[in-house]
Parts: sequence; structure tokens; C-alpha cells
Amino acid sequence: MAQLDTREKLAILADAAKYDASCASSGTAKRNSRDGKGIGSTEGMGICHAYAPDGRCISLLKILLTNSCIFDCHYCINRKSSNVRRARFTAQEVVALTLSFYRRNYIEGLFLSSGIIGSSNYTMEQIVEVARSLREDHDFRGYIHLKTIPDADPELVHLAGVHADRVSINVELPTVGGLKRLAPEKSGPQIEGAMKDVAHAIEDGRDARKRYRSAPKFAPAGQSTQMIVGADAATDSEIVGKAATLYDRFALRRVYYSAFSPIPEASAVLPLQRPPLMREHRLYQSDWLMRFYDYRPDEVRAAADDATGMLPLDIDPKLAWALKFRDRFPVDVNRAPREMLLRVPGMGVKAVNAILTARRWRRLALADVARLTVSIAKLRPFIVADDWRPVVLSDRAELRPLVAPKKADQMELFG
Amino acid sequence: MRVATLAAADDFDGWRDAARSLAAQRVAPSEVVWQIGDLPTDLFGDEAIVDSNAPAPRVPRAFIDLARTVAMHADPERFALLYAMLTRLIAEPRLIDDKADPALRRLEEMAKGVRRDIHKMRAFLRFREVEEEGGTRFVAWFEPEHHIVRHNARFFVDRFAAMRWSILTPEVSLHWDGETLNEGPGGTKADAPDGDPVEEVWKTYYASIFNPARLKKGAMLKEMPRKYWKNMPETALVPALIAGAQAREAAMIETARAAPGGNSEVAWAALREEAAGCQRCPLWKPATQTVFGEGPVDAAMMVVGEQPGDQEDLAGRPFVGPAGQVFDRAMAAAGIDRSRVYVTNAVKHFKFEPRGKRRIHAKPGVGEIDACRWWIEQERGILRPRMTVALGATAARSLTGKTVTISRERGRVLTLADGGAAWITVHPSFLLRLPDKVQAEEEFARFVEDLKGAAAAMA
Repeated sequence: MAQLDTREKLAILADAAKYDASCASSGTAKRNSRDGKGIGSTEGMGICHAYAPDGRCISLLKILLTNSCIFDCHYCINRKSSNVRRARFTAQEVVALTLSFYRRNYIEGLFLSSGIIGSSNYTMEQIVEVARSLREDHDFRGYIHLKTIPDADPELVHLAGVHADRVSINVELPTVGGLKRLAPEKSGPQIEGAMKDVAHAIEDGRDARKRYRSAPKFAPAGQSTQMIVGADAATDSEIVGKAATLYDRFALRRVYYSAFSPIPEASAVLPLQRPPLMREHRLYQSDWLMRFYDYRPDEVRAAADDATGMLPLDIDPKLAWALKFRDRFPVDVNRAPREMLLRVPGMGVKAVNAILTARRWRRLALADVARLTVSIAKLRPFIVADDWRPVVLSDRAELRPLVAPKKADQMELFG
Repeated sequence: MRVATLAAADDFDGWRDAARSLAAQRVAPSEVVWQIGDLPTDLFGDEAIVDSNAPAPRVPRAFIDLARTVAMHADPERFALLYAMLTRLIAEPRLIDDKADPALRRLEEMAKGVRRDIHKMRAFLRFREVEEEGGTRFVAWFEPEHHIVRHNARFFVDRFAAMRWSILTPEVSLHWDGETLNEGPGGTKADAPDGDPVEEVWKTYYASIFNPARLKKGAMLKEMPRKYWKNMPETALVPALIAGAQAREAAMIETARAAPGGNSEVAWAALREEAAGCQRCPLWKPATQTVFGEGPVDAAMMVVGEQPGDQEDLAGRPFVGPAGQVFDRAMAAAGIDRSRVYVTNAVKHFKFEPRGKRRIHAKPGVGEIDACRWWIEQERGILRPRMTVALGATAARSLTGKTVTISRERGRVLTLADGGAAWITVHPSFLLRLPDKVQAEEEFARFVEDLKGAAAAMA
């Protein structure tokens, strides 16, 4: 076989990495290279340097070290039995590529993952070597996200955390049955065990730094994970429950939901059609409700249909919840506590904060609320303002057509 | 009329000094003309500002931060708007909290636009490497919307201090030599290098990281508006990527459909195992077990019933109860080899109402049918039958996703959403319920004819 050049390898190894949704470069410690040594900085707030036509942010050079793999996970384009072209970067090739992209301001850093070759430990060593070289040989101060391998030696996982801003392990599928069917060689308890170890290491690192400022930082941007949606039988309600458990048990920064998408060289085990992208969007919205709007997991699950366990696709979960619990509305914008304002469909965290500040010294009329929010039409039926009182909600059975968007926010092209 | 002259478009310090002095003298906002450099703004402005010794007025800290940002906005009215707000805040400092005030709101919106532009410059600016005396230099051409370039200098110094770089913009240029930052006049795009070989590598990355099966053009445009595209090398690829996306996804699905891989048996066994733990609807609780489909996975005909009955629930196998026996008899009468047919149910758990010691069959609801449709779709995905026969309304609902009148649709080929062929007929339990023997025989014969028709349509 002819030697592949860097561009050919990059095409294969970026293509192989694109099914991982995460590209965040946020939430890490602030660094800079003002001292004229090394290169790079992190601001705390991530930067998306470009957007692909799939709407996803391109913040990091997201690639695999190799797409050869000894595992045969059905949903994965890189599985052993797939006929996809294989390629492999050396650690130094990845280092050089990262630096040359970084110098041109294309990226915030590197997100490195890999198929398993040889053994888990060997693969993990290679991943760690890239990060080590970037940090130690080139004094790279940009962002590094490393995927860790569940059964790799804890010492190697620890090294990964020392060099990286973020580490992640994917739970892959929301149900045990799904994992068994689609990733027969992976073990749920092993994945979660590894996540627990990382969670402990992050906590220990934080404790150590409280006592000794010089203690090395361990994954300051925390750990995240990804679940594939629509490849197994999990309902939205089950997925929300699973995510809540993961946040709770492993103090995750983020759970990413990735709508299963058809891959070249698909296995027969996979569904042919992808689930609607809107489903993924609704799951992200429900995730936000838990993380920023103080909804308990069971409250989010209550927004799903009782029989099917699925969140509605035509309206967002916050609106679905409000329509289901109409007796909690309308909410008086001049008197209601923060937690109830956060429940009003169409009212964001910023709008709620602005209302709380503004009402300290003036009574808010509908026009005032309109200036603080994106769409007054959407939230009008749910609020009471100084000059506004809606028809009692329970009297309006036909409320849904009034507040639901006329067409889906995001059109499905086909499927 | 007073004229306040500022040194540059982003001269916040100049504005602050002038505003402080004007406010101390209680000059009304309508009496001030704000002018940048030598640009004449108002022919009738005549009185220059004199420094006042009156004590500087006090305003909330939050306003200073807001003003610092708004001062970079491109709106020519920005300094006048800020001064007007300043005079109101001196009279009523608490106004800064009144987020619903229209004038304050306008300033907040302007600040938001500036912050976004600052962020987008950090994101979308692209350096090109050039060789020059004494080494390499990285040069970028960028066209910001607001006067943010000086403000952003710190960011680029912090990040690229060890490199030598220049940022050229229409208004001003920044040059970093590794130690000091120098400012130069604005330039044009022609002053910047017109390429860099690494851009081809970057474009390869951009094209490869895009997933054609999830096109979301609107989401891309929201965050990467077209106004920034002209100076970003990768955006040249966007139209072709979008144009090809649908075809690429369709081709992937077609390939998978045409060559389902050699692992159907394994896939089916794994699917059945996963279904054993299904909790997609509440029916799993009272039922004994999941009753999955059975038959050869390469069957050309797939038959979908309603749901397992009492006997199926206990046996864990479909079509073994009284209705299943009618079905077997009809298949034999139609001359179809029953052992070559895959049989399954639209709902895979037994739904019943307990009555004494007996469990009375209850019709599954639409929610339960829809919840269970996932399994039918997976079974169809693995088998890819040439014909799927729906027995009764529940099965028809499961396959078509809508409520179907059997009498209207039976006896002809229907095309399902995924392109597969379907045939609708009655459920054999309907035949068992007919009290009139003659009618029962007639209906049985019709059922046999339907099955024959389905088999014939397959050929």
C-alpha cells in the first residue's frame, strides 16, 4: 500500500472522529504565554473557530490517532469488521499538525481519541505521549481534551489528566441492553468504574491544590461523556434519567447527546434511518432545564408523553411541562420567586435576572417584559404583568396551537 | 453648543474626561456635539470644552464597564447616547438596575453586539505565514464590524507572544515583534498575503469533520454569519458540502440497505435480547415476558399480529394461541410455507385486564403501539422482507403510523415510508369472534385469499 500523506491521513482520521459531538474548549483554568515562552492561552470561555454545515462548532482539532480497532462495536465506523480505509498518525505528526493549526488561529487545541490497537495500555500510552510532547517539549498552553480508555492502567489515566484540560469516556448507549447489543465487547460497569476513578482524581486534585498551590492541576475542565440517541430502544425519559444519574454520580461537566447517524459501512445491527435531529435538540434542552433552570430529573421526565416516554418534537420540553402543569401559571412577573420565573416558557436565565433587578424599583408592564425577552407572544399566556392578566389557562384547552411554533424551529430535510 | 473632540473612534478615555467635565458643568446632552479626530460632524458646533474644577460626578461602576464596551460600537451616536445616560444616572443612580428602561436596553444591546464582534474576531481571524528578513511572520487581514481591534490586541499578545505577527484591518494595524506592540495605519486586503499552504490541510480537516447526515445550515449561519466568510479560507467549501450532503446520506442508507452485512443472525439475536428488557411503555410490568418475533431472519415475508395473548405470554412465543392456530390453517390453505415466514407482533407485551383468575385481552392504545414501533422497525431493518403483512388495525397502525380502516385498505399493495411493500388484512381473532358459522367460513376464505394475494404480490 502506498504511503498516505498527512492530508490523506487527516481526512481519514478526522472523518473517523466526527461522530463524537464534543468540541468544547471552555471551563478550564486561565493560562497565557505572555512571558514569551511556549505558545497558547485559554480564557475560560471557549472559542469556536469555525462552524461546519452540520451546525457543529469547530473549536479543536478533533482526530483519532488511528482508526484501526480491535473492537467490533456495531455503531462505530471504525469497528474491526468495517471496510473503511485505515490510517495512523505518529505522535509527532499530531503534535506538528496541532501546532501548525494553532499558530494560524484555526483552533483552540486538540481533542485526541483513538481506536484500540495492540492493548488498551499501549493505545493510552500513545495518546498520553502526544499530550506530554505538546505540554513539555513545546510548552503548549492551549486546550487539550483526551479520550481515556476504560481498562487502561490507572497510572496512564492519571498522566492523561495531568496534561489534559478535559478527559472523557463515552458511556455510548443509554441502556445496558443497547450496550450489549451494539458494543458487545464493552462493559457498562467498567466504563462507569473508570468514570468514577476520574471523578475521584479530579476531586483529589482540587483538594490538593487547596492545600498546596503548586500541586499539579488534574483535568481542570472536568470530565464529560457522550450517549448515542436512537440506536437502542431507550426512550427520552430513560435517557434523561440516565443523564441525571451520570451528573449526580460522577460530577460530570457535560453529557453530550449524539443522534445516531448513518455511517458508511454500516452493520446490520444498526437502524437504517437516523432519529430526527430534533430529538437530539429536545434532549439538550431538557439537559439545560436540569443544569440551569433547577428542574429535577423527574420534572423533566414529566414533560414526556406518559405512554411512550418521549418528549414532544413540535414543542420544547419547558413548554410541554408548562402545558401539563397549567395550574402553576400564570406567574406574576412582579412578585413570583426566581424559581417560578424560570419555569415560564420563553423566559431565559438572563431575562429572569434582568426582571429580578428591574422590579426592585419599578412595576413591570407587559411592554417592559417584552424588552427583556425574545418573544412576548410566546410567554404572554403564562404571566401576569402590571397591565396584563391572561385568560385563566385551564379554561383554554386549545392553548397549545396558540403557543406552539407554527413550524418546527429546525426543519428536517428528509428522513 | 459644545464640541467634544475625541482622539479616535474607540477613545473611551477621551469620552470619559470630556463627559466628566461637561456633566460637572451640568451641560445638557442636547448641547453637546461629539466629534472624532478631524472628522467634521456638525458645522455649528463652536464652543470647545474647558476643564472644570467642579468635583467629578459619581456614577455606578457597572455603567463605566458598559460605557467602555459601547464606546467601541460603530454607531455614530454612541458617545451622545452614553452622555445622555450618564446625565440621567447622575440624577438617579439606581436607574442602572432598571433593565427594562428603553435607553439602557439600547446600550446593553450595543454592548452585546460589541462583545460578540470581539469574540468573533478572536475566533475567525486567520493568520498566514510569510517569510521575511529575520524569520517568519504571521499576518492576518480582518474586517471587524466595530472598533474593537485595539481592545483585542491583548488577547493575541497573550496567546501568540512568542510569534511575530501583524493584524491588518481597514482602520488600524497591529504589529508584534515578540516584545513590543506597534500600531500602524489601516490597510487593504491586498497588503496581506494571499495564501498559505497549510490552508489546504485545514480545508481537508473542515470537509472531513463535517457529518453530511446532519445538515443544519441555519445553526451554522447563526454562529458564523456570511459577513465573516470572505476572510476565512474554509468557507469556500460550504456550498459544495451542503449540495453533496443529501446525496451522501442517501447513498450511505442505500449501501446499507443493499448489503446488510453478514451478521443478520447475530443482529437479530442481540435485538431479541435487548427487547427482553424493554420498558418503553408500562405494559412490561404486569406481563410475564417480552414475546419477540420468530422465524428465519432471511424470510421474504414478515407477518405482524396485534399482541401476544394469554398463551403467548406464558410460552414466550408468538402465534401459538387460538388465533395463531387459525393463522396456521389459513397459511396452509393459501399454500404458503409457514416455516419460511417470520411472525411477530405490533406490541410485544400482553395487555390484559384481570377478571378473577382469568386475564382478559385488552386492546393496546395508540401510545403503546407507537412506543413498540421501534422494535418492528428494527426487525424490518434486519429482515428487509419483500412483503410485510399486517393482521388487523393494530398492526396496520404500527406499520403505517396512522389509523387505518381495514376494509378500505385490504387486498392491495401499500408502500411504507421506508419504501417497503405492505399488505393489510384482518386479524385471525376476528374470525374466531364471528358467531355465524357461514359468515365465519366466508371470512376465512377471504382471509386465505388475502394471504395468497400478498404472496403473489411478492413474486
